[in-house]
Amino acid sequence: MRRDSDDTRAWRVFRILSPLVVAAIVLAAWQAWVTIARIPQYLVPSPLVVAQTLYADRALLAHSLGITLGVALAALALATLVGVAAALLFAQSRWIEASLFPYAILLQVTPIVSIAPLIIIWVRNTWLALVICATVVAIFPVISNTTLGLRSVDPGLLDLFRLARATRWQTLWRLRVPSALPYFFAGLRIASGLALIGAVVAEFVAGTGGQGAGLAYQILLAGIQLDIPRLFAALVLIALAGVALFVAMAALSRLALSRWHESELIGEEDLP
Amino acid sequence: MPSPDEASGGAPIVALEGVAKSYDRVTHALARVDLDVRGGEFLTLVGPSGCGKSTLLRLIAGLARPSAGAIRWWGEPRPDAAGERIAFVFQSPTLMPWASVATNVRLPLDLAHVARAEADPRVDGALQTVGLADTGMRLPRELSGGMQMRASIARALVTKPALLLMDEPFGALDEFTRQRLDDELLDLWNAQALTVVFVTHSLQEAVFLSTRVVVMAAHPGRIVETCRIDEPYPRNEAFRVSPAFAGHAARLSASVAKAGASALPDARAGGRR
Repeated sequence: MRRDSDDTRAWRVFRILSPLVVAAIVLAAWQAWVTIARIPQYLVPSPLVVAQTLYADRALLAHSLGITLGVALAALALATLVGVAAALLFAQSRWIEASLFPYAILLQVTPIVSIAPLIIIWVRNTWLALVICATVVAIFPVISNTTLGLRSVDPGLLDLFRLARATRWQTLWRLRVPSALPYFFAGLRIASGLALIGAVVAEFVAGTGGQGAGLAYQILLAGIQLDIPRLFAALVLIALAGVALFVAMAALSRLALSRWHESELIGEEDLP
Repeated sequence: MPSPDEASGGAPIVALEGVAKSYDRVTHALARVDLDVRGGEFLTLVGPSGCGKSTLLRLIAGLARPSAGAIRWWGEPRPDAAGERIAFVFQSPTLMPWASVATNVRLPLDLAHVARAEADPRVDGALQTVGLADTGMRLPRELSGGMQMRASIARALVTKPALLLMDEPFGALDEFTRQRLDDELLDLWNAQALTVVFVTHSLQEAVFLSTRVVVMAAHPGRIVETCRIDEPYPRNEAFRVSPAFAGHAARLSASVAKAGASALPDARAGGRR
């Protein structure tokens, strides 16, 4: 049951405030350490210097952030599309799953840095190559979670559908797909982070500069130029983008499931 | 009050002949069962865990195939060939958690492509019958365990079944709720001229509800005795505390005990799943 009592509201505020307090303490300690120990800027810049760089280079960094985020989002969309399609295929028969699932695992365990050069050579369009690399990284949790979800159906309900002589399609659409949603969203949350990681790694390998320069290229360039504050600024942006993606996926999951699924219910038992 | 057996007289609605079920070579869930389910009766299967009563019910539902023997439904070798409806109520409410109570109850009609205009009044009627008239828009998790079970029964009734199969439906409920639902189930059985096959491990519940009780034993699963409960309906609180009730319960209890003692020593247990 969703309650909006004072307890719940206080808990929500705490959940947002407490990580911010931790961040403030860490940043303050970092600033103090860099200042007191006189650490040179080209080794470890202070948080203030990083913030100044973020502001000064905002046009350049925002452009690169847009590129990287664009690749990550396109990859996430593609991974969702292809991953769900694969899971639906796997759910059709144990034979199909047994024949193809090992290749999904193969895709997962092959380091992206080792296949990225190939993909970049094969695919002429660099942006598309980056998207494909990031998709390869992000797709596995979508496939495995959705497949698991499509199979995790209440056996009683499955009997009920059989008793009603439901068609395969009816069982899939009215029973398996809704049952799989919580698993799918859990997979999507993991995939969102992986898509960003995949995009950054692919950019590193591709080394795309100029108009198509993403945050990874800014990090590479800043490293070569020993512009450590900018390197840190780009890092901060990647981290923030990752968090934003995760939060967006969590919100999507809540939107879809909060009415009925246990994982999204805020109840008394969650309160400290 | 109906006197079901005699009234319908004719052919049984479900006839099991030499039916056996084993899940592999050594596990005999059920060994050679002969049983007729007659129109209008309230037949209850009782027995210890592993005696195959749930398996027997699934066979009657057509959810499992016998390893040996034959089952006929209204004289037909397939449960759907006769065009009569069989409804099943499971141990747990098995409602779809994402769908409203009304959508859950409407499910069998939706699966049969019954138009909404026709389905909705039937859903309302079924909810009314089980005393859930105003809960259609709510989600299953907003209902108590007893109410969820009522919704589950409404879903079974919405197709106007001829045969209602119930697998320990009230086993997880508290004693008060269970007795109330038992009372209401008898009213339903009477009002809708249902045939019910009911599984329970409570002898008291079996005596209270049934026209006939089948006592089963385990290792391997089999029928050891069939007892008629020749007591008039409606049955009420007075019946629950009557000497006749106690007498029937004692007789069943002795029968179950005897069956337990006669278990074949080396046969393996054969519960389902």
